[in-house]
Amino acid sequence: MITVTFEGADGSRITTQARPGMTLMEAARAASVPGILAECGGACSCSTCHVYVAPDFFDLLEPAGEMEVDLLDFAWEPDPARSRLSCQIVLSEALDGLVARVPERQG
Amino acid sequence: MKPIVIIGAGQAGLALAAKLRALGCETPIKLIGAEPAPPYQRPPLSKKYMLGELDRERLYLRPETFYAENAIELVTGTCVAAIEAAEKIVVLDNGTRIPASQIALCTGADPIRLPKAIGGDLAGVYTMRNLADADAMADEFRPGARVLIVGGGYIGLEAAAVAAAKGLQVTLVEMAPRLLARVACTETAAWFKALHESHGVDIREGVGLSELKGQDGRVTRAHLSDGTDLDVDFVIVGIGVRPGVALAEAAGLAIENGIRTDAMGATSAPGIWAAGDCASFPHKGCRIRLESVPNAIDQAEAVAAAMLEQGAPYVAKPWFWSDQYDVKLQIAGLNTGHDSVIVRPGDKPGTVSHWYFAGARLLAVDAMNDPRAYMTAKRWIEAGQSPELAALADPAIALKSVPLAAPQPELAEAP
Repeated sequence: MITVTFEGADGSRITTQARPGMTLMEAARAASVPGILAECGGACSCSTCHVYVAPDFFDLLEPAGEMEVDLLDFAWEPDPARSRLSCQIVLSEALDGLVARVPERQG
Repeated sequence: MKPIVIIGAGQAGLALAAKLRALGCETPIKLIGAEPAPPYQRPPLSKKYMLGELDRERLYLRPETFYAENAIELVTGTCVAAIEAAEKIVVLDNGTRIPASQIALCTGADPIRLPKAIGGDLAGVYTMRNLADADAMADEFRPGARVLIVGGGYIGLEAAAVAAAKGLQVTLVEMAPRLLARVACTETAAWFKALHESHGVDIREGVGLSELKGQDGRVTRAHLSDGTDLDVDFVIVGIGVRPGVALAEAAGLAIENGIRTDAMGATSAPGIWAAGDCASFPHKGCRIRLESVPNAIDQAEAVAAAMLEQGAPYVAKPWFWSDQYDVKLQIAGLNTGHDSVIVRPGDKPGTVSHWYFAGARLLAVDAMNDPRAYMTAKRWIEAGQSPELAALADPAIALKSVPLAAPQPELAEAP
């Protein structure tokens, strides 16, 4: 299992465990993390699962695809150095311990 | 304490239950679903799940533990037989009577089936709505199999894309003169027709299904309205859905293209609410019903707040998506009443957006692999803003540089 932590904009923290192969969005949804809306259910269609990934893990991620990059441009306060759509992050052992901050709002 | 009873355990039912708890509601909650599976996502059924790219468990919206942790009693595989509206009693089909403090109807929509008289009950004829539908037809998707898809709406087109990707021989008939006749402009229809034809799908517009014939109770042949016959191995019927109003109607609730609600989601019966695909509600001076996940979630959450007397009128922000082959379609707004369409090429090859206007007012956009157009349009539409038509129509002007037109008054009524 992979341990991931979500930090709310209000400073709250939710730590949860996920199986390899699940997406970070699915881990958030399973743990009912507030602020991860994921309206399209992971189809990379809506940008409502935007998170800021801590820098030490950001560099380990597969680069974002064109669709994700475009959608992120329209996310709430995107940060090119940290912003990702959590539905596009597939969890693996290398990401054990990942910390993601949930933005103040989605879109 | 009498529970809040939510009838229907789909996206809306789950969202409503979860929101009640998130808002601090301590009343017992019963979430009753007719299907055996816990609440799951339907959209991937005709997309990634059918392609075998998504496991069954990943369709489930919450892990099993969620329900106990949140004191939500999930009752699956159970049909509701009746609602006694005046007393707010929910009667299950096993006769159990559940007195409720409040009731929410999240009964979704049911696919329209082909009449038995033209072979609709033959084995090998499927609709695409439930996990059971998808599982039942999974074995039919063998390379080389001949599938007939009846209906050229989004469900039919998504099924065609999956079948073509899996190497089936796909024929799609649409009785209207063109694809997507009820939901999109001719430009979008033509774009998707070309897309599917480039993947080898045989699209026949203006052709209906007259009758399905079978052998030993299983479909083998289709007679089409233009007189041609097709040998088929199986058939997928995607000819629309009807809102799940049966319980509400039998209980005497007002029905108007769905269960009629006010802006808060209240039905005509006190203490009974409705949300999601089954509910029709006021929107910009009209009454609409939306068949979409985002609406199911947002409306259900609005109703949860209203049930706790913390509600505000629900303002729908309609948006939709579809995945076909390597194309992502994103739709913002509702195009009803449009009188012109502007076609705008995207920044990258193969990307384009179709912008619907009523006069100078932007109503909706269909964006094909063009998320920038989609997101830009969505923001404008939700803010009641419209771009200047001439600038939008000029591909030399970058989208972000297109100026806004003078504010357009809201339409009081659909034209």
